[in-house]
Amino acid sequence: MFKELGALVKGLSVTFKSMFEPKVTFQYPEQKRPVKPRYRGRHVLRRYENGLERCIGCSLCAAACPADAIFVEAAENTDEERYSPGERYAAVYEINYLRCIFCGYCEDACPTQAIVLTDQYELSFTDRWDAIYTKERLLEPVPPGARPTPQKTEPGKFVNPIPEMPDFPEWKP
Amino acid sequence: MSQQVTLTIDGKQVTVPAGWTVVDAARVANVHIPVFCYHPKLEPVGMCRMCLVEVGLPERDRATGEIVRNEDGSPKIRFFPKLQTACTTYVQEGMVIRTTTEQVARARKDILEFLLTSHPLDCPICDKGGECPLQNLTMAYGPGTSRFPYEYKLHLEKRVPLGDLIILDRERCIICGRCVRFQAEIAEDPVLSLDGRGRATYIITTSDPPFDSYWSGNTTDICPVGALTTTDFRFDARPWEMHQAASLCNLCPVGCNIMFDIRREPELGGRFAVQRVMPRQNEYVNEIWICDKGRFAAYHFAQYGERLTQPLVRENGKLRPASWREALERVAQAFREAGSGLVTLASGRLSNEDLFNLARLTDHLGGRKVLDTFLAGGEWTDKVGLGRESDLAALGEGDAILVMASDLEEEAPIFWLRVKEAAQRGATLVVANPRPTKIERHAKHVLRYVYGEEGKVWEALLAGASEAAQALARAENLVIFYGQEGLDLATSDAVARAAARLLLTTGHAGKPNSGLVAVWPRNNDQGAWDMGFRPVADLADTLRQVKALYVVAADPAGDDPHLAAALEGADFLVVQDLFLTETAQRADVVLPAQAYIERGGTYTNALRRVQRFFPAVPPPEGPQPDFAIVAALARLLDLNLEGRSTAKGFEALAAQVPAYQGLTYKDLARVEEQFPLVSREVLDYTGTAYPNGQGLGVVLPNAVERGETVAPPEAPEFPVRAFQGLLAVPITRLYDRGTLVAWSDTLAPRLPEEAWVWVAPETARDLGLQDDATARLEIGDLAYTVRVRVNPAVPGGVVLVPRSVGVVLFTPVAVHLKAVVPAS
Repeated sequence: MFKELGALVKGLSVTFKSMFEPKVTFQYPEQKRPVKPRYRGRHVLRRYENGLERCIGCSLCAAACPADAIFVEAAENTDEERYSPGERYAAVYEINYLRCIFCGYCEDACPTQAIVLTDQYELSFTDRWDAIYTKERLLEPVPPGARPTPQKTEPGKFVNPIPEMPDFPEWKP
Repeated sequence: MSQQVTLTIDGKQVTVPAGWTVVDAARVANVHIPVFCYHPKLEPVGMCRMCLVEVGLPERDRATGEIVRNEDGSPKIRFFPKLQTACTTYVQEGMVIRTTTEQVARARKDILEFLLTSHPLDCPICDKGGECPLQNLTMAYGPGTSRFPYEYKLHLEKRVPLGDLIILDRERCIICGRCVRFQAEIAEDPVLSLDGRGRATYIITTSDPPFDSYWSGNTTDICPVGALTTTDFRFDARPWEMHQAASLCNLCPVGCNIMFDIRREPELGGRFAVQRVMPRQNEYVNEIWICDKGRFAAYHFAQYGERLTQPLVRENGKLRPASWREALERVAQAFREAGSGLVTLASGRLSNEDLFNLARLTDHLGGRKVLDTFLAGGEWTDKVGLGRESDLAALGEGDAILVMASDLEEEAPIFWLRVKEAAQRGATLVVANPRPTKIERHAKHVLRYVYGEEGKVWEALLAGASEAAQALARAENLVIFYGQEGLDLATSDAVARAAARLLLTTGHAGKPNSGLVAVWPRNNDQGAWDMGFRPVADLADTLRQVKALYVVAADPAGDDPHLAAALEGADFLVVQDLFLTETAQRADVVLPAQAYIERGGTYTNALRRVQRFFPAVPPPEGPQPDFAIVAALARLLDLNLEGRSTAKGFEALAAQVPAYQGLTYKDLARVEEQFPLVSREVLDYTGTAYPNGQGLGVVLPNAVERGETVAPPEAPEFPVRAFQGLLAVPITRLYDRGTLVAWSDTLAPRLPEEAWVWVAPETARDLGLQDDATARLEIGDLAYTVRVRVNPAVPGGVVLVPRSVGVVLFTPVAVHLKAVVPAS
């Protein structure tokens, strides 16, 4: 009989010990756990400091996407109505989050680092159509002091669609 | 067949005709020699140096001329000390080419690095990205990294509109000169040129309006970089995102083989939509080219036009939407009552399957089949048209071509190209036209006549007295084109008869590469003739007397106010169309039809080649294909017609129409290897045109080949008109304001904005008119305000009136042209 009692005490001792261990559960959603630095959550379309959109509508993200979740339709910039540097911008940019597998290939493919995956993971929808994030929902807010797009810009200033690459040696004549 | 030469390319033996370049021979041997400036349809220039290869020839003994042999007996090959451009090196017997050596690889890498020093590498935003020869060749042969800082690069204008249709990016241009040479050699509109020298060489346009050519779109196909792009496709989609549907252009009787590139379009609610038109190779028809009208207007009407979406029936004087069942039952009821009082007025825009069903239904009720056209002679093109296996490319020395009453480039641009090429190969070209046209540059004999006196030309030709007549009679093969220049129904019928007589009496009927070609106003007029539709001399009179009128793909009321008035006489009017046309607005029942890009079928072109087109985009809800509507109607009238499958419909047609006997879709799908070898994998060789994997079509046998006896018709009586004063003559211009092209925003800036006429300087002087003056043109009871353009090429005493540009004119008539005094 003592043998059985011993087993009970042994078992309960584990329970008792774990009562004083630090908790691993979080009281989500009141409490939120920080994500890892390279966590891949929902996308954001970035802007430059002057408010222009980084996205040039090249569709390479859509080409890289293994789930066919991205749709891009490009249009032409003018200096009167400029959305991004260079000639081309994304008039339509949509990501279907029912399809997206958060692989991050779009981020790799982007020549202007416009599309990035963020740490936001709270994606829930009550309607299928809500799962399609349009450009307005994806674009990050205009930086403080900058103008929203479209902007009227100085002719000849934003001709290069791809930002200057930092890996070139500085050239001195 | 010309002399054959055998050479060795990278160890592969290949036999090609003498006179070929090494690049062409290598393409056939499936060895890739990269090129930028070379194009198999253009003269080689050797500008880009991309095709450098090692070239070796068998060494010959200087004294004896014998080939020096190695110890094993093989010929000793001596290689040139330096690399040669394969595009300017012609094949020779025993030649040895090496393309895989260290030296060649090094040369290619260096040339690419050199080209990229002034290329912006903005591939992500470039319309060519994904189908770009420079991109592909850089990936295949180029350096992986650049030794050239970005700041060193030339920065030039990124958006230089070369005319309304083409945009040049100076930065991307690698000065290969393909576009300049295409315009000079093939289009013969030398409106582009290279300006400046050295690093400051630019492409410029020298014409006013800029890039004034009907062929400009083709330069974007052969541009090996993204320097030339079209306004139609600018930033619309990336090439890899689109899928393809094979089709035919339906804007003229050439029937160019085209490919629609399709992708979802946000503008149209995410529907699948055509993004651009690309040429599809068919060396029998359009080679690898298409004209700008086809490229920039072939699908817009279907996609952007205000289409009918549901059947309409008239109730209390107004059209209201109705169900298909209600509309069809009402039509069937009216047709049953009309019986033989039914007239079916169809146009050559319909496919053969549609026209066949229409013909069957009309015959079933004992009605009359009327073709809406102003050009006659279809029974003669059927009897003595181009024979089986005909190929315009086979015409050359010893052959003759007569072009009668046609401004070929305006009426059917590709025919102009093919005739011109035949003349360049040595065929005798005879052009009979009242005014000079572009095709005349290559004519051996020019027969000038006065409008309305076509009969005199034929009298002389049939008498065989003149040098031109003898050249035609003597020719081994004779092709006669007759077109739309100043012809009406009666005269064109006489022209066709006279031409048929010439062909039959000189022994040119019933054999390949000889025959009669009518340059029809619509794409499938030949098919309509074959299905039994015939024009009537007095359409207004006919329309006035009908009990029930079934108008399909035609708009008589919109074409002519007199016909609109005549329609009032029809007891019951049914219109089957894409749009709510003028005629449809007067109809009792309107049936919405699908556009040709939404369904399949076949067209018979003016060379009598039957070709198939495929559904490209899903049809919108509501409209039905024409043949299906007719079949549904026929079912209500106790006639069984094929209404589901065009293949079955074509089978039924082939069983009944003599010329189409035994043909099936399988026959139309036959393809063969055509030179130059077009491939989407080797874009640098021929450009971005699509290869033909869907079928080259079949040339119908003419009546002589079918074994029917065709007696030469009597020399026809040409209608004689006694004209007093000024004569207005209808002519055809490529860019008009027709219903189909008017929906294209892309082509809109090139279309005439207002009605205009051409007059000779002396006529203008007599009438007191200045160039660019506004005048009042009175034709019978109708009057128009027109812009006068003084043109020295126009004969005196006539006003040339372009068709479908605001003035209604189907037959040459006497008119008044008066200056309009501007209101002060």
